[in-house]
Amino acid sequence: MSATDTLTRAIGTPLRRIEGREKVTGEARYAYEHQPENVAYAEGVQARIACGEIRSLDASEALAQPGVIAVIWKENAPKLADDADAELALFQSRRVAYRGQYVAAVVADTPEAAREGQRLLQIEYDEEPHDVELRDDHPKLYTPEKVNPSFPAHVEKGDVEDALGSAAASVDATYRTPAFHNNAMEPHATVGLWQEGDLILYDSNQGAPAHRDAIAKVFDLPPERVRVISPHVGGGFGSKGTPRPQAVIAAMAAQMVGRPVKVAVTRQQMFAVTGYRTPTIQRIRLGADADGRLTAISHEVVEQTSTLKEFAEQTAVVTRVMYAAPNRRTTHKLARLDVPTPSWMRAPGECPGMFALESAMDELAIACGMDPIELRALNDTQADPEDGETPFSSRNLVGCLREGAERFGWADRDPTPGVRREGRWLVGTGVASSTYPAYRRAAQASARAEADGSFVVKVGAADIGTGARTALTQIAADALSTSVDRVRVEIGDSALPKAGVAGGSMGTASWGTAVVRACEALRAKLDDDAGLPAEAEADTSEEIEQQKKLARHGFGAQFAEVRVDSDSGEVRVPRLLGVFAVGRIINPRTARSQFIGGMTMGMGMALHEESVMDVEFGDYLNRDLAQYHVPSCADVQSIEAAWLDEDDDELNPMGSKGIGEIGIVGTAAAIANAVHHATGKRVRELPIRLDRLVACA
Amino acid sequence: MPVRNHGRVEITLTVNGEEHRLDVDVRATLLDVLRERLDLTGSKKGCDHGQCGACTILIDGMRANSCLALAVAHQGAEIVTVEGLAEDGELHPLQESFIEHDAFQCGYCTPGQICSAVGMLSEVEAGWPSAVSPDLGAERSELTDEEIRERMSGNICRCGAYMNIVPAISDAAR
Repeated sequence: MSATDTLTRAIGTPLRRIEGREKVTGEARYAYEHQPENVAYAEGVQARIACGEIRSLDASEALAQPGVIAVIWKENAPKLADDADAELALFQSRRVAYRGQYVAAVVADTPEAAREGQRLLQIEYDEEPHDVELRDDHPKLYTPEKVNPSFPAHVEKGDVEDALGSAAASVDATYRTPAFHNNAMEPHATVGLWQEGDLILYDSNQGAPAHRDAIAKVFDLPPERVRVISPHVGGGFGSKGTPRPQAVIAAMAAQMVGRPVKVAVTRQQMFAVTGYRTPTIQRIRLGADADGRLTAISHEVVEQTSTLKEFAEQTAVVTRVMYAAPNRRTTHKLARLDVPTPSWMRAPGECPGMFALESAMDELAIACGMDPIELRALNDTQADPEDGETPFSSRNLVGCLREGAERFGWADRDPTPGVRREGRWLVGTGVASSTYPAYRRAAQASARAEADGSFVVKVGAADIGTGARTALTQIAADALSTSVDRVRVEIGDSALPKAGVAGGSMGTASWGTAVVRACEALRAKLDDDAGLPAEAEADTSEEIEQQKKLARHGFGAQFAEVRVDSDSGEVRVPRLLGVFAVGRIINPRTARSQFIGGMTMGMGMALHEESVMDVEFGDYLNRDLAQYHVPSCADVQSIEAAWLDEDDDELNPMGSKGIGEIGIVGTAAAIANAVHHATGKRVRELPIRLDRLVACA
Repeated sequence: MPVRNHGRVEITLTVNGEEHRLDVDVRATLLDVLRERLDLTGSKKGCDHGQCGACTILIDGMRANSCLALAVAHQGAEIVTVEGLAEDGELHPLQESFIEHDAFQCGYCTPGQICSAVGMLSEVEAGWPSAVSPDLGAERSELTDEEIRERMSGNICRCGAYMNIVPAISDAAR
């Protein structure tokens, strides 16, 4: 069934969030807020060295504290069945792989006693020299076999060097992004309890079924003996896409003390144990002919991973999608350092990669004497730029640029940098492209018609703030030809039909497809005069395996206006506009929130956010929200999002593309380009701090 | 306030109109007492250091970070949490407005945002100026978007709903 066949009533309407009332009244319960009888509290204890071994641990003083029940570490922890995921192999070794790694846990009757016990543990270490500084000449750099999730690390077509050598205009610049931390508002938390050998976890995550499977493996349990329950999740942005150590601590501690156990990662601990975006060093070289047509694109990335695990962010992969050029090279090199393991953070790959590529495109536009929108339009393509053949299912980058230019008032822009002054303020505007893939993965769902005329739809999805519960209700209502108030969608529980995580912007597309198929199967049953209640199930594995080979991506354009204080270098952003072409919008109210939320985080990336590595101690130094600055209310003046109508029958039954991540892709480049336009100063290293602009006049 | 052994003290708190006699650990914060002892989990723990505002409640009518308030220091206090804003099942205008404007996504900062907005509006009502008030001597600042943004900047929203939070507050205040 194509998108146009669907009888649409609820899709496209601005339905208010289904769980809105629960969230504004405080009734919505997040993981830590489940309170089983006789619960105990655990606190994780972090390593105070970046590399070495635990020599000894003296728990006597901690255990003497009233209320402290147990101290768990290598010498008394149960042997875990599977330590393949080294970040989850808690207390299995005396080795310390990074500063801040959990090396012990204290369990107590109250949170206060657990905290006190943690303070009183005496841990001695045999410290070894550590190596925590990423450099592009690091001797340990290597090319990984693949980059996240399974792209080749190195792709080369044509002769880049030759084309660069003969280019009429070129750019050769190196861009740097610091480590960024996801910092969802709800810290990672788990309440663990055992019931007759079965493990139940109330956990904050981006996908209960996937977490159930991973935890079952760690404890060598059949998956059906583990249940993960996650009705409400206070944000994740990638950091809750895989289980984090607190889930293992909760399960292990509950087993050891024979009581339910609650564990929350503290905000400070989150900077070590819950993932982050790797710092990147990105060299971009672009060559163009006299008309501005690209002849060569080279994007070479250096980034880090830990000694525990390889995570290779796919930073240059986006360059394989964006612009046509006959000669192209994209490479990734990693250094394994004594640092926490980096992981997914909103638009891994696309987000840092597009800061570099879209800054470089701005530099090339200037080198060619062209408008940056015209340069992008000239180098747009309707076929995959890598193979020159595979068509895009839809690609409306240029439409977004044109629509944005119109709405933003780009037409009369004087490209001369550093010439618009309002008092102390230098004013400038900038533009950048956005993109994000439109993936789908297999999922299962069920739909049930009740005797009273209502419907219950079940899918192991997660709503981490995306509005998934609301969107799926709309999708199900349309598929059942009923109204949204007769549909109840159940998500956030591994006992529901198995579905993938909220990640890669493919949640709604994946879960929605399964929901539509389950609803169709139910309708077929009802058409055959099945009695009520009736139930039907669907599994989309085959459908997704058989989908046509096409390049499927959303595109967008972001526009920024900045004001830079010519004395202090302070940057303000009076206006951000994003225009997106992402298939059909299922819910304009929640979609707009997704876009502006991504753009707000993109503004944070451009101006505020930076995790600073303390080379001496080997740890992120600014590990709290007073020192790691995210945008606050006063930073946001006007952020608007709009979208084009885009009909694409090659996506999924809804005709939708994912929208959770594209909003953060390109924002930082648009702002950096606007800063250049305002000041004449090109900032190639994020964030655009005051000291990088001071005395810019 | 009789002091018990192991640093425990008995206190009385009035929370959302209901009086509670509680034997509390002197180290316990109001936030932990609300969440872990009274099962009022609407107030959230986002940082436990007064840096994010998710735990904002009203103490004797004033907004405060409950993670920075020791319970033992609040004997006799009148506390209102997000659970106490709706009356007889009817949402507070700010709660209605947050839903209407989609002023949240994950919802974790939302109770703090709403309690903070209640406190902020009474500060404006009482004539308190802010860092952006044009006239510090004015009897009452006009509730512009700039005033709201400044006065609400102690409440972080990582989902980035500020663009919706400001009009939600501004509409509810009308």
